[in-house]
Amino acid sequence: MRREWTVAAITRATLPVLLALTVVEVGSGLVLGSFEATLLQYPSLLVLVPVTIGTAGNLGSILASRLSTAFHLGTLSFDPGDDELSGNVVATVTLAVTLFPVVGAGAWLLAAATGGAELAAGTVVAVAALSGACLAVLAVVTTLAATYAAYRFELDPDDVVIPVVTNACDVLGVLVLFGAVELLV
Amino acid sequence: MSVRSVAVDAYREAAPALAASVVGGLFAGAVLGGMRAQLRAVEGLLVLVPALLATRGNVYGAFGARLATGLHQGVVEPRVDTGDRRLRAAVAAAMSNGLLASGFAAVVAYVVLGVLARPVAGLGTLVAIALVAGLLSGVALTGAVVAVVFAGYRRGRNPDTLVGPLVTTTGDVFGLAFLVLAVRVVVGGV
Repeated sequence: MRREWTVAAITRATLPVLLALTVVEVGSGLVLGSFEATLLQYPSLLVLVPVTIGTAGNLGSILASRLSTAFHLGTLSFDPGDDELSGNVVATVTLAVTLFPVVGAGAWLLAAATGGAELAAGTVVAVAALSGACLAVLAVVTTLAATYAAYRFELDPDDVVIPVVTNACDVLGVLVLFGAVELLV
Repeated sequence: MSVRSVAVDAYREAAPALAASVVGGLFAGAVLGGMRAQLRAVEGLLVLVPALLATRGNVYGAFGARLATGLHQGVVEPRVDTGDRRLRAAVAAAMSNGLLASGFAAVVAYVVLGVLARPVAGLGTLVAIALVAGLLSGVALTGAVVAVVFAGYRRGRNPDTLVGPLVTTTGDVFGLAFLVLAVRVVVGGV
């Protein structure tokens, strides 16, 4: 695929998606604002916010970036039997399941160290682990759908897929975290 | 290659960068946990936080992915050369799009909170905070992305695996730290 490296071309390709995603992100901010009182009451949950949505976004963007390069090199096929595709999906889910409990423990430790651990360590770990498992599945589905859509509409995956995936994970991250907090806290 | 070997390779390649980003994300969380005073002082700031953090990830993640693909395709050389037309255009586009999106996020948050009749700080205050934070973190992130992607590539690492975690981590830490600084600059000592 030929691509242009000028400010105008890059802006044309990215700005409309960027502004649309910004509106979506403000929506996720409104969800965050709606349980602001709970977050300010339990600092370990506030500590968990950036790392949960960030790690979910990372999982999606690593997968998207690998698929995007495979796409540019012409080695990607959208076939469930494709080893490259399924191997990357399996790795993404395994990474999430192994990392998120550690994320929860780390958030509790940090909150405890800064004098704000009102919640039990087990509760924070459970919130992180549950959020992580849900987010891994959502990140994979979103990444595959966005990469496939970019391929079908002949858009450059680098410009489109990573923003869509990262933002979807941010919004889903806030919603999933909200759900896990409602369920477990 | 079998599914298992692809998965093991991908896991091994991604795990260290992802673990490092978790550490960075926790620090970002500690900054967020420590800015409760600013969150209370500027109403609507928490609503703006995901949009501002996402803008960093979006703009500089795409910038990093573009550099990675450029390196793979051999159209970008892995060294900093201010005369490189492609590199210069990619940096200028990232900076200007980042600032535009930050200011836009502040306007949207202000309008939506106003419509919902939820408490919100002044429009000028929110926009100024977003732009100051956007400019400072933009400069820091451009430097971090170029340095890590080029250095990683020269040492034989796949830049694709470095970009996402790097940008989200440094984006969140810089983004929140510079947000605190921006609140102090715009509103005064909180």
